[in-house]
Amino acid sequence: MTRRTQQGLVALLSGSIFGAGLLISGMTEPRKVIAFLDFSGAWDPSLAFVMLGAIVVHFGAYRVIQGRAPLWGDAYALPTARRIDGQLVIGSAIFGVGWGLAGYCPGPAIVAFGSGSIQALIFVLALLLGMFGGGKLSARAVRS
Amino acid sequence: MDTTSQFTPWSSLAGGTLIGLAASVLLIGSGRIAGISGIAADFAFGRDGHRLWRALFLLGLAVTGLGAARFAPGALGTSPRSLAGVAVAGVLVGMGTRLGGGCTSGHGVCGLSRLSARSLAATLTFMATGAATAAAVRWLGGVS
Repeated sequence: MTRRTQQGLVALLSGSIFGAGLLISGMTEPRKVIAFLDFSGAWDPSLAFVMLGAIVVHFGAYRVIQGRAPLWGDAYALPTARRIDGQLVIGSAIFGVGWGLAGYCPGPAIVAFGSGSIQALIFVLALLLGMFGGGKLSARAVRS
Repeated sequence: MDTTSQFTPWSSLAGGTLIGLAASVLLIGSGRIAGISGIAADFAFGRDGHRLWRALFLLGLAVTGLGAARFAPGALGTSPRSLAGVAVAGVLVGMGTRLGGGCTSGHGVCGLSRLSARSLAATLTFMATGAATAAAVRWLGGVS
C-alpha cells in the first residue's frame, strides 16, 4: 500500500469518527449551537462540554507524538505562524458572525450536506465562495 | 414557538471525546491537523496538491451525515435562518475561516490542545462575535 493510500485511509477513518462525534455531541443541531453562543439568552452550555471532551483527549495526542514520527506520514504538518495579527483577529471575528447567524461551522455543515440537507448545500456552496474570496484577500495582504 | 435547547452534558462530552479521538487519529496517523475549514479550502483551492486524503476526510464526514439521515435523523437539526440567511452566513464563515486560518476544529480543538496562543486569540474572538451575533439576531426578532 502506498503512503498516499495509507494516509487516505487514515483520513477516511478520522473524518468518519469526527462526523460521528459531531452528531452525538449535538453540534449538528444549529439551534443548539446558537443556544450556546447566545449566552445572554436561554443558555445551553453543551458546546463547552464538547470542547472540553475534545481538548482533554486531543491534548494527550500531542504528548504521544513527542519524539515519534507519524505512523504513516513523512513529517508533521503543524502550523508555524506565531504572531497574533490583524488578519487572524478580523478573520476570526467574521467567522464568528457567520457562525452565530446560522449556527453552522464547516464540519457540521458537511455532515448535514451528506444527509441531503438543502440548507447545508447552500451553506457549503456559499462557504466555498467565501473561502475563495478570503484566499484572494489573504494573498493581497501577504503581498503588501 | 419557543423550545428551550436542552443541556446535554453527557452526550456532548461523549461526542467531544470522539472528536478529540478523530483529530488524534489524523495527527498520530498522518501528522495532519484536523482543521476542517483548512482541509476543505485546501481541497477545493489546492495549495500542495495533496487532495486525496482531504477528499477522503470530507467524505468520511459526509457519509456520517448520510448514515444519520437514514438511522438517526433526530441528530440532524436545521438552522433557523432562511436560505438567504444561510447563504450570507456561509460566505462569512468561508471568508472568515480562510483569513483567520481556522475554525472551531482547527483553532478551538487542535490549536487549544497544543496550547497555541494564536488559536486562543482566534477562539475567544469567534466565540465573542458569535455570541454578539446570536444575541443581536434574537433582539432583532429573529426566530431561535
